[in-house]
Amino acid sequence: MSTDTPTADGTDAALTARIEALESEIADLKADAGDKQKQMTIVATKGSFDMAYPPLILASTAAAFGWDVVVFHTFWGLDILHEEKSKNLKLSAVGNPSMPMPNALAALPGMDSLATRMMEKRIEENGTATIEELIDLSLETGVDLQACQMTIELMDYDEDDFYDGVTTGVGAATALNHMADSDVQLLI
Amino acid sequence: MKGEYQITETLDVKGLSCPMPIVKTKQAIDPLDAGSVLEVVSTDSGSMSDIKGWADGTGGVELLEQSEDTEGGDAVYKHYVKKTE
Repeated sequence: MSTDTPTADGTDAALTARIEALESEIADLKADAGDKQKQMTIVATKGSFDMAYPPLILASTAAAFGWDVVVFHTFWGLDILHEEKSKNLKLSAVGNPSMPMPNALAALPGMDSLATRMMEKRIEENGTATIEELIDLSLETGVDLQACQMTIELMDYDEDDFYDGVTTGVGAATALNHMADSDVQLLI
Repeated sequence: MKGEYQITETLDVKGLSCPMPIVKTKQAIDPLDAGSVLEVVSTDSGSMSDIKGWADGTGGVELLEQSEDTEGGDAVYKHYVKKTE
């Protein structure tokens, strides 16, 4: 039995007040959850031709959904944002079981360039966007392309080497903060 | 369903593949007024699923209809997206 004084209709006033407070709290939380824009954080760590595509395609598509998107580029992933290097990313012919050539042959000089040229030709014929187009599009649609400061210094790059609009001067803590708030987090 | 709405604008993304049809659709619908209907014409077979997924996951747009035609022997996919707000 409650020691609180029951109201005239027999309900407990304190309990009723508590239920009302909780109901209004739930309504507020629901409203917040409904309003919240989805967020995505991608960590891009690879700088080969084929690995540049997935983060950029997902990022630009997510931006089209109206999501708040950060792509944090670190280690060789920095090359995707490097204005000069991004135009010369290579597809590795070695150690790729999907390549129609044995590793011994794939390791010969010039094979990576050959494989890359073949892939570039396929991409053009297929109407697939180039890496540069996807970077421009991502920046244009509000994707935050971030270049990890520690690896910029490690790779001896200069902040001016990157596309205009790329965020520099950020580290793991910035990335983690956005990841903690994100609905989707991917390491590529 | 055709005839129940007026097409405000047509976006031609023929020859472009993923993610371009989606990204261009988003860019084309943004400046339109509420109630406008955008027709998107694509040759990407993946656009049937992708435009639907995008419209389902995006606020303020509604997919009215999708159809598949052939033009000069090539498959053409048409999407009708309404801007609702």
